[in-house]
Parts: sequence; C-alpha cells; structure tokens
Amino acid sequence: MDQAWSRPVHLYGVERPRGSKTVPSTPVFLPPDSLQRLLDSLRGSGRQLMGPLVRDGAIVFDRIENAAELPRGMRDIQSPGSYRLEQSDSPRLFAWANGPQALKPMTFAPEEVLWQVVRDDSGLHFEPQASTPAPTAVIGVRGCDLAALQLQKAHFLQEGAEDPAFQRRLDKLLIVAVDCSHPADTCFCASTGDGPDAGPGHDIALTELDEGFLLRAGSPQGQEIIDSLALPPASTAQLQAAAESSRGASDAQTRKLPATDLRDALFARQDHPHWAAVAERCLACGNCTAVCPSCFCSAYEPRPSLDGAESEQVRLWDSCFSFEHSNLHGHPVRDDIRLRYRQWLTHKLAGWHDQYGRSGCTGCGRCISWCPVGIDLTEEVASLLEEPA
Amino acid sequence: MSRPKLAVHKFSSCDGCQLALLNLGETLLQLPGLVDIVHFAEAGPMDEDEPVAVALVEGSINTEHDLERIQRIRRNSDYLVSLGACATSGGLQALRNMADANAWEAAIYARPEVLDSLPTATAVSDHVKVDLALWGCPVNSRQLLGALRDLLFGVAPREERRPLCMECKRSGAVCTLVTGEATCMGPVTLAGCGAICPRKGRACYACYGPAEQVNAESLGRRFEGFGLLPEDVARRFHFIHSGAPAFQAAGKHFRGGK
Amino acid sequence: MNMHTTLPMPAQVKERIQESADIFTLRLQYPDLAGDQRYAFAPGQFNMLYLHGVGEVAISIVSDPQDERLFDHTIRAVGRVTRGMSQLKEGDWVGVRGPFGVGWPLAEAEGKDVVIITGGLGCAPVVAVINYIFRRRERFGQVTIMQGVKHREDLIWRERYDQWAQQPDTTVALAADNPEQDQSLFSGNVVQLFDRVDLQPDNAVAMLCGPEIMMKYAIEALMQRGFPDTRLWVSMERNMQCGNGLCGHCQMGPLFVCRDGPVFRYDRIAEWFFRKGF
Repeated sequence: MDQAWSRPVHLYGVERPRGSKTVPSTPVFLPPDSLQRLLDSLRGSGRQLMGPLVRDGAIVFDRIENAAELPRGMRDIQSPGSYRLEQSDSPRLFAWANGPQALKPMTFAPEEVLWQVVRDDSGLHFEPQASTPAPTAVIGVRGCDLAALQLQKAHFLQEGAEDPAFQRRLDKLLIVAVDCSHPADTCFCASTGDGPDAGPGHDIALTELDEGFLLRAGSPQGQEIIDSLALPPASTAQLQAAAESSRGASDAQTRKLPATDLRDALFARQDHPHWAAVAERCLACGNCTAVCPSCFCSAYEPRPSLDGAESEQVRLWDSCFSFEHSNLHGHPVRDDIRLRYRQWLTHKLAGWHDQYGRSGCTGCGRCISWCPVGIDLTEEVASLLEEPA
Repeated sequence: MSRPKLAVHKFSSCDGCQLALLNLGETLLQLPGLVDIVHFAEAGPMDEDEPVAVALVEGSINTEHDLERIQRIRRNSDYLVSLGACATSGGLQALRNMADANAWEAAIYARPEVLDSLPTATAVSDHVKVDLALWGCPVNSRQLLGALRDLLFGVAPREERRPLCMECKRSGAVCTLVTGEATCMGPVTLAGCGAICPRKGRACYACYGPAEQVNAESLGRRFEGFGLLPEDVARRFHFIHSGAPAFQAAGKHFRGGK
Repeated sequence: MNMHTTLPMPAQVKERIQESADIFTLRLQYPDLAGDQRYAFAPGQFNMLYLHGVGEVAISIVSDPQDERLFDHTIRAVGRVTRGMSQLKEGDWVGVRGPFGVGWPLAEAEGKDVVIITGGLGCAPVVAVINYIFRRRERFGQVTIMQGVKHREDLIWRERYDQWAQQPDTTVALAADNPEQDQSLFSGNVVQLFDRVDLQPDNAVAMLCGPEIMMKYAIEALMQRGFPDTRLWVSMERNMQCGNGLCGHCQMGPLFVCRDGPVFRYDRIAEWFFRKGF
C-alpha cells in the first residue's frame, strides 16, 4: 500500500508534494501594491482573467480585471450543509477556503456541444465542435483543486482516447495557484495529501503573507511571467513565515480521511447497514457530485432544431445519483438512494484506486459544505469502517 | 407529406402554459410548417372535436362538463400531453381537495347551487391515459418544443428525471439553501425550469413537481432545523403540486406531526 | 485520438430485416470505401448507433468481421431510440461511432472446446464468434451452442442454428420457456439444457451472453462441472453513452464496461457480478 500520498503538502518544509520531482524555483517577493502588475501580465497575450469574487453570498470564480475585485478581508465559515461569508478587516485577499466551484467548470464544462449534424437529401453530415475556448488565466486555485485536475487529466486524457473538449480547454488555461492559509472546518486536504500548499499542475503558485506575496514558478510559462516582473528573491524570514503558515493551515484541519487505501475495506462493506442510515438523510440531489472537483460523469443529449434538419450533441454534467446514470431499458441498476450513495462513495474512495491509482478524493470538503442536509463524507467513512453493532 | 394535426385544449388554468407556445416569437412562425394547428382557442383556430395526432391539455378537471370533455379529447387524440402543473397534478386548485369544498362554496357564493363544480380538482391522468406529462407552472417552451420535435421524429419524448439541483449547479448558481437557509425545494423537485428562482437567489417552490427520488422526510427535517414549524414544512409540499402523490404524502406526514 | 470514437460517421441502411415482432437487423454501409481502419472490429465489440436528433445507443456488431462491405446490427426495439430505429428504411442514414470495447477471447479459445451459452438476444453478440470458428473449424475442438429464449418467436436465426448443428463435432441445444408445441425446442431454461449436453471442462472455454440471472446460473452450472473461472467469459450490458470510458455511466465497481469490456473474464468481474447496485 502506497501511503506516500497521504502526507500534507508543505512546500517550504522538508516534505515534497507527490509527483514533484524538482525543487520549486526560488520564490520571489511581490509587494501587495504590485499585485495588479501580476494580473496585468496574466491578462497579456489576450488572456481573460478568472479569479475569486463574492457573488450571491459565496466566493465564486468569474471574470475579473483588477486586484480591487478580489475578496479583500473576506472569511468563510463552513460546516456540514452551511456556508457563510464574513467581512473582516484583514487586508488579505486569499484568506478563505474554497467556495462551491473553482477549476472543474473551466476544463470539464457543465454543458458543451460535442458535435453538430445536418441532415439533407444526401444523408447526415457530422462536424466536430470547432469553437476554440478563449485563452484564460485563473488565479486563486488551491492545492485540492490542482490535485483534482491531475485526476481529471488521468480520466479525460487517456492515451488514445483523449477528450477533445477537455484538451482544448486545458491547453488554453494558465493556472495561478495559492497556498491555502485559512482552511475551512470542512477541509481535510492534509489527510489526503493534496494540500494545504499548491502541489504540481500550476504555472505559478503564490503564498500570501501579511506583508505581500511569495511567487514560485511551476512551468516555464510561469517562470517567464515571474521573470518579467523583475522581483527580488524572498527573504529567509519570509520563507519561514510561509512554512509556518502552511503548517498552521495543516494543523487547523480537524476532519480527516484515514491515511490508508480504503479500496478493499469499502468494497468489502457493500452490505453494511450504515448505507441505509445514510440513505435516510441523502436527498439524491447530486450536489456533492456537482461540486466535487474530481467527479467526471456526464450525459449525452441531442438538441435538435425544431425543423429537425440540424441537431447538436450536448454533453452535460451527470451524477451517479440520477436515474439515467444507471438506466438499463427503463430499469436503473441502482434504483434507490442507498445504492446511489454507495456507488458514489465506493467509486470515489475505492474504485478510483483501480481506475487511476489513487483515491478520487482530494479533501476539498465541498461535498460536506454543499450537501443540503450536511452529510459528512469523513463521518460516513468512519461509521462504515466500524463493524456493525 | 401531410402535417400532423395538433390541438391545444384548456381546462381550469391560468392559460400561462399556452403562453409557452404563444411566447415563442419567431419560432412560433415555424410551427405551422410542421404541424397543422386545428384547435387553439387562445390563438384563433377552433375545432375542438377534430381528431388529432397530438393534443396538449392545459388545466385541471373541475366540472361535470370537464369530465365529459376530457373523455372526448382522449378519444380524438393519438397522443395526449398534460401541459403544466394543473393538468399534470391538479395544480394549485387541488389545494381545495384538502378542504370542504361545499362549505367554501356556501360561504362565498350567494347561490352555490348554480355552480357546476366537482368536490375535487384533479389531474387529467386521474381520468384518461396521459402519454406524456410536462410539469411546470408554467411549462417552458424548450421542453414543449423538445417533446413536439421528438413526436415529429416518431419517437417517445425524452423525459427529464433529474432533480433541479443538478440543473442549478450546471448553471453556476450558488445554493441558497446552504448559504442562506432558504427553504429551497430544489433537492426534491424535477429539473426543467432552468433553475430560474435559485439563480435569482430565491428558494425553489417546487412548481415542477416531485423529482424521481423524493426524500421529503430528510429535507423537511432540515427545514425544521431552519426554524420552520411542521405546518410550514407541510405547506412547502402542499403548494403548486399538492396533488402529486409524493408531495401529498410528504405534506400529510409533516402536518400529522409525526 | 481516433475520430471515429468521438465523431459519428454517416452510414446508410442498405437492408433492413425484420427478425421477429420486435427484433430487426440493420445492414449498414459507410458511403466511401476508401481505405482506413473503419471496418476493423473484433467479434464482441459494439458501435454507438445514432438516430438523427434522437440519440445514441450501444449495439453489438453481429456481422462477420471479414465482410468488408456491410456491417450488421441486430436490435430489439425496447427504448425510445431503438423503437425509433425500428422505423428506419433502406436508404436512410444513421451515425456510427466505434468500434468500442474488448471482444471475445478468440486467440485464447484456439485449440480448445468452445461452449457458447446465450439467452434471448444475447445470441447476437456471439454470432460473429460462431461464424469465425466455423470458418476456421480445424483450429477448435468440440463446439457446443446453447441458446434459450422466453417465447418461441424470440428464437431468431433458426436456420443458422440448423446449419451450425450440421457442422462436425458440434452440438446445438435450444430451449424456450414457452416452446409452443415446437418439438425441436427443449421446454425450460437454458441452464436446464446442461443435463442434455456433454461438456468436458478440461480443455474448454465458455462464452456467455444474455440476462445476468441466466449467466449467473449458467456460471454456477459450469463451475460445478469443473470449469475454472478463468475460462469463463461473459458479455456485460450497462448504460453506455460515450463508449470511451469517459461518461461514467457503465461503471461496474471500478470497471468501465464500455472500455474494459463488454466481454470480461469472469474472475475479473466476479467481485461485482450480480451484486445489486453494481
């Protein structure tokens, strides 16, 4: 059993994130009033910039232009089934944990056209979706979501079966990550080994300190942008503060998943009575699968024009909680909530090991906060691992 | 090739679902090229008894005359669609099924005996076979046209079975229940409306009727946790679709005080 | 990336055969015969057939892989797409993505006895196997073909079974729950046929396709007769929408049936097989 992944990611300490072969580039220091320079250079080469902002009571990712739009001093209070924002007088811009979405919709779109078809007298004429996504830079991505992006890449970019839509979006994406300094009560990335610092997969990673930001490159493209800003190297004291911030973010997490491969343990508990106990609470609404950064299920639907001459084939996010997901000729393989929840959890924490070599959970905690009835994955796992009374 | 005939019938309703057709704009102009509309009182054509391929039926069944007319419509239609909440579950009017209709009539009308009114407001499917139910108060044009297109292709219309939350999340809306303790019915409500209310920060009030899986007990308990009394929870279920069995049972359960 | 797996190719219905009241075969042809790999498939693989504006459905390829002109899909009209497809006529067009998945273990079966057990339309995905074997008859040992249906009228391709029964070292046994006075059919289910055939497990492979409950009992019967689970092969059916292992609908435990199957060696799926919810 490989337990290497189940350590927290601390970049400035001794531990290195899983998959990281090289020591990160020497961090440089960006004073707070120079952040706009970074944003401007991210928006260079015609890129649109996506970043965190407050909308409808949550921190969401959307188009931004100026550093002034970032959620200064905003703090989040999360618990099972609950998410609140609170304004503080902190000057920090990233002192919050993840909102309902971040990267996933940018690479695996909630709805997108895969191909079009036209019917005429000579037959059917299929055309792949040709539109190119706009080049995009995104700032504020956390370690859990970067790890989930690696999982999504493992799924969508399998050799010989690369998904063109996912590939097109990813190719146009420049990722600026932020080390998490203020995890929510629902976070447990330290136990899955996917945070709180940003692991591999970013172009630039940023550590927010009281006095400003430390920047490090994760790709040649990121290095180029950092170099263009001509910033001084971070001081030893700043690096120390970053390491402390990271350890603090790790230590602050109270929830956790067992640091072991749960594959056999969960599959062996297919008939555990606790599944029925969860099903009494679960609404089968699919919110957990929608907010999960690694959930990848989708449905294919035709959208014909009214005259029937043309049609689009649309792919939309689906969920293992839906009827259609396991539908076989009108009779779903999973016809009740117990079986659907079991499918979700065993796939996430057990099936993923067979499919992609690790658990499908990166500890972001969204499924806990955004479950309307506050079902807590970490608690359910603990109950399932107990022998039934 | 002759175009299939279409009729739009109205029973007790506000006409809002017929507007799903009338509000189509330019798309409405395409319809006559595809179907022959023989009866649509609100739009002009009036030939109620013409046999048709597809009948769209709006409204709930409330009178002796309704009972007779819905049978006639069924006989004259190859394929019958219940259009919207009233036709599909009895709609708002079905709320009176839980009250003493005669007492109300006596209290309101000077001469209640002139009314031709059944004691209950019921769904079309309580009286005749319905081939497709389009939920919603009102239905939306996209679903209606999708169903018509499928019928023109000669196939059964695709039925939406997902809960509203899935559509809401795809739209990028922030969950009002989680951020603000809104008593949002999205988790137990059928998708299809485009998550109009949650996208405006308002709680869904279940105008699309029950989703495929309805865990009313769990959602209701959550609402109680927000401070709702059992009667208030019951009213969340007994509103637009009190006549839908899953919501009927849920409301009774909470009203019964467990 | 193979475009045939993400973008449908137009194919024309060259012939439509009504096999029974609700089973029909579409014989399809791609319009241009120019080279490339589009006809290459292995018995047991499937295509995603697209009905214009209506949707896609996974259907196994039943024709001979060596037929370079046409490829056949035998379909039961059970859902909205397949019922719509049943209305297709010669000259109409469909879209085709594929072929997808892993087919039957033909190389592994060489030099061995082959037992083929099917139920209902489960016979369709193995017709190509049977044809393959009889074209290379000397490479295989005893061939036993067992097929069961509910009603006599569901037993399509009767003449093919009769022809196969004439082949050397071949046994064909047919059963129907409701044989309707047809003396050539055993009255009962396919598992009850086991008492009427002589199966030698020592050097044999079994291939099964049909309803899971049928396969479950057939597997039990085979294992009782000494067949190891590593020489049983089953073809699974799940909700396949993409064919590429992307959409997630067909997962059975950690397996993507569309990509890792639909044909599996039994020991590799035993953990999930016939377990409710997987």
